[in-house]
Amino acid sequence: MEINSLLIAVGSMGGLGLIFSAGLAIANKKLHVEENPKISEVNEVLPGANCGACGFPGCGAFAENVVNGNAKFNGCPVGGPDVADEVAKILGVESGASERMVAKVMCQGGNAETAKKATYDGVKTCTATTLMSNGEKFCEYGCFGYGECVDACQFDAMYMNDNGLPVVIEDKCVGCGECVKACPQGIMEMHKISHNVLLRCKNEDGLLFAKKACTRACIGCGICVREADEGKLVMSNNLAKINYENFGNDSKYPTEKCPGKCFTNR
Amino acid sequence: MNLIIIFISAALINNFVLIQFLGICPFVGVSKKMDSAVSMGLAVTFVMVISAAVTWLIYNLILEPTNMQILEYVSFILVIASLVQLVEMFIKKVSKPLYDSLGIFLPLITTNCAILGLALISVLREYSFIQSVVFAVGAGVGFTLALVIMAGIREELELAPVPKHFKGAGITMIIAGCLGLAFMGFSGLI
Repeated sequence: MEINSLLIAVGSMGGLGLIFSAGLAIANKKLHVEENPKISEVNEVLPGANCGACGFPGCGAFAENVVNGNAKFNGCPVGGPDVADEVAKILGVESGASERMVAKVMCQGGNAETAKKATYDGVKTCTATTLMSNGEKFCEYGCFGYGECVDACQFDAMYMNDNGLPVVIEDKCVGCGECVKACPQGIMEMHKISHNVLLRCKNEDGLLFAKKACTRACIGCGICVREADEGKLVMSNNLAKINYENFGNDSKYPTEKCPGKCFTNR
Repeated sequence: MNLIIIFISAALINNFVLIQFLGICPFVGVSKKMDSAVSMGLAVTFVMVISAAVTWLIYNLILEPTNMQILEYVSFILVIASLVQLVEMFIKKVSKPLYDSLGIFLPLITTNCAILGLALISVLREYSFIQSVVFAVGAGVGFTLALVIMAGIREELELAPVPKHFKGAGITMIIAGCLGLAFMGFSGLI
């Protein structure tokens, strides 16, 4: 009797399963949608955690967007460089470009370095501050120091130091770019981790005002541009900029010549 | 008459989402936009009706004669999963944008307790074939109704000054509770 019921159970469920799978197989043939085979290939190499950290709902959606060019091949923060290499291989992209991107803070004007023009008692967020005469510092280009970037970071990779400036813990940074979006001043920038020479100032006011506003400001003197190798640095709007397109660690960057100490080697 | 009562009872008085709290996941997840809410409701209704019919047949023609009621869960899940697969393929073929907007919630109909609950409740109440199909249609209409009402409110809510900490899921839960209270007003309709 018991063997009998076992057989019935196995038989009936197996039969039903076969019928349904046959139905699905036919439906799959009839309703088949031509899909780029790369999508499933990319999906195979992804971690499959469906965590959504890339900004898409699940790994499948990310794979589809990568293949369609809506997402970058290194967009998976969980997989890191290994997965990015695999994805790049499938897409046929240069994987050398898959170097890890991290957020960097492009301002050194903390509370100690900057001069104040007023006391700001308003809402202590950076976005609110932009609406109120750009905060209490003389420098209107720099960091306000209310830490919206730190709030935006979901990976605990940022903190505010005692001087009122955000600091990125590069080991923890996954390069999601949320802090870049959060900063109303454009202080946060995404850089390759090997870009270890940074010109950390955004002030375009030039000698007179910049020097008053902050002891670590670019005053637009142009010493660095003259001393550096050709094309490594450019000057625009009283502000020097490093030309990262032809960046090289071996080239000479006159970091110590800067009167404002704007350069850092980090 | 009996069929009408079953229909109204399933759609309004014992609304699956708002009174019986079945299928909350898509109710909260896919109720942001009106058109995706409508199509999600239709997809769920379709799966409900077909699965109610098929599970009735399986239960009454296979499981009951062989005294294998213990297998009802397994076989019902089998039916529902296959149907969802079918619906998924169909929607992907017919409308890719709709497929994208339903996203993960489309395959999740498989684990939608509203559908399994429906099949189990019809067994429990010993409905006839016609009755269980009508019950499924009513439940599907009720589900769609709840989703559409929710989507309508949430579309308006985009413009409302919701306090920061209530934004997103928080205010949605509160509204769901209010809707549940409102639907309780239907009790005593029949």
